[in-house]
Amino acid sequence: MTLPLIAVIAGLVAWPASYAIYLATLNRRMTAFIGLDNFDILLDNETFRMVIWQSCFFAVTAVLLKALIGFWLAHMLHHIPTKGQRKWRGMLLVPWVIPPALSTLGWWWMFEPSYSSINWLLNAVGGPSIPWLGEPWWARISVVIVNVWYGAPFFMIMYLAALKSVPDQLYEAAAIDGATGWQGLIHVTLPMMRNIISITVLFSLIVTFANYDIVRVLTNGGPRDLTHVFASYAFQVGVLSGNIPRGAAVSLFMFPLLAVVAFFVLRGVNRRQREMA
Amino acid sequence: MSATAARPSAALPGLGRKIGSLRRERRWALVTAYISLVIAAIFMLGPPLYMLLTSLKTSAEIADLSRSPWSISTVTLSNYAAILGDPMFRGFFYNSIIVTVLVVAITMVISVLAAFALARMRFFGSQVLATGVFLTYLVPDTLLFIPLYQIVGGLGLLNSIWGLVLVYPTLTVPFCTWIMIGYFASIPKELDEAALIDGAGWMQMLTKIFIPVALPGIIAATIFAFTVSWAAFVYPTAFITQPDSMPLTIGVVSQLIRGDTFAWGQLMAGALLAALPPVIVYAFLMDYYIAGLTAGATKG
Repeated sequence: MTLPLIAVIAGLVAWPASYAIYLATLNRRMTAFIGLDNFDILLDNETFRMVIWQSCFFAVTAVLLKALIGFWLAHMLHHIPTKGQRKWRGMLLVPWVIPPALSTLGWWWMFEPSYSSINWLLNAVGGPSIPWLGEPWWARISVVIVNVWYGAPFFMIMYLAALKSVPDQLYEAAAIDGATGWQGLIHVTLPMMRNIISITVLFSLIVTFANYDIVRVLTNGGPRDLTHVFASYAFQVGVLSGNIPRGAAVSLFMFPLLAVVAFFVLRGVNRRQREMA
Repeated sequence: MSATAARPSAALPGLGRKIGSLRRERRWALVTAYISLVIAAIFMLGPPLYMLLTSLKTSAEIADLSRSPWSISTVTLSNYAAILGDPMFRGFFYNSIIVTVLVVAITMVISVLAAFALARMRFFGSQVLATGVFLTYLVPDTLLFIPLYQIVGGLGLLNSIWGLVLVYPTLTVPFCTWIMIGYFASIPKELDEAALIDGAGWMQMLTKIFIPVALPGIIAATIFAFTVSWAAFVYPTAFITQPDSMPLTIGVVSQLIRGDTFAWGQLMAGALLAALPPVIVYAFLMDYYIAGLTAGATKG
């Protein structure tokens, strides 16, 4: 009964993954074996070094912000009367439900230089207009904003589920011992949620690091190739410029980091399984 | 934090004198909570609302810079009429529906069968396979699209929705199997023993006991598979370049943006219509949706 599953994993994940390694060692026309030259050329390329830097910056900033905002919102939701929680939760999860490629179109329109509705709001309160997608740094920030908008609700839902599973007695015991709310958070909530927090953060790190939709729709790598991440750069090199081996090499650069993160996720999930059992 | 601290103190006479300040603290915490939630709701719902607003405006009003972009004077449905009258856009919709329905069906058959086997039968390598399923879930599509591009191209399925039907299961099957293993494992062993005594085979056990009992899990997994295949973007962007076989996501992004003057109203109307099916599913089945989302980490 597991045969179809094995076929999918072996044929569509394991086989392409090893095929990618083979592809990455070929020359542009895929006629000769050139060893690690593709990786060498990439590392010498300034644009690619920028891609590495930008991917890491993007993933780390976005995940940190998502985790903080998600944690804060989950906490606030947990504290309002149960009756209203459903309604608020339903509203706040909407960004996660809309396919990101489509909602990013909406953001793109809001960032549009001459019609930007965000700049209109900024001007209305006396602020300056911001060249959201025109300046490298603002473009990077825009990509992070959209990713946080899309991903924070997911963190909120995960943390809310975890908060609900912390037994009330623990807080009561802490309160009797004279703990303040803050101490309750540090010494009861965080230890109880540690596992979920790490699983969610690591998982999101993978997804964010490998993100493609938002960069593609919002900046398409621009201005001047300064906002490319691994995925969008691999796409540009491999599919659009037709250098498939080099594109495969670009996406393989993601592999070491993903492998390390995956190892820790798996450890966290296994530990949690043992706790639940 | 302080809200939970206030509850036990009311029951304890020794702490009675602190009640007044605690109540004030509690009210303050509630106000902070509501303020944060309102700010968050504005941030989260602002973009979709603005898309809706734009889609209801005439092109002349969108282009008029003298007025607030957040206001609307004449509501018009002409953008929706135009986009729905476009045969290309209807083609995108049709492609998305075919691909999604097929992928959801394939995914559910594969993952329910596999999860049943992995949850109940102990066989050589079953533990390794369960771990393998989870690991595959962690492999992002952006790592695989280039070799898959070669493979799909080799099969002659580039620019065909069948290529998408072939590769989408890599996005859906691992997670669906993973959460179904969790749901199946939580079914008490006594149920299958009772069925075995009554002479049921494995297949009967699956269809008469496991599927009905784990129905919430199956709904959650189906919703997940549906949302993921509807929103998939990397694979169709890589494999499909002809508008005829594009599903909605890439179709709206690549085909409705043409030339220098964008038809913003139509673009937003198209994006909203394309986002509608998952939003409708979410609106009606929110609890299952959330159960599926959190199951990955909390069930396992």
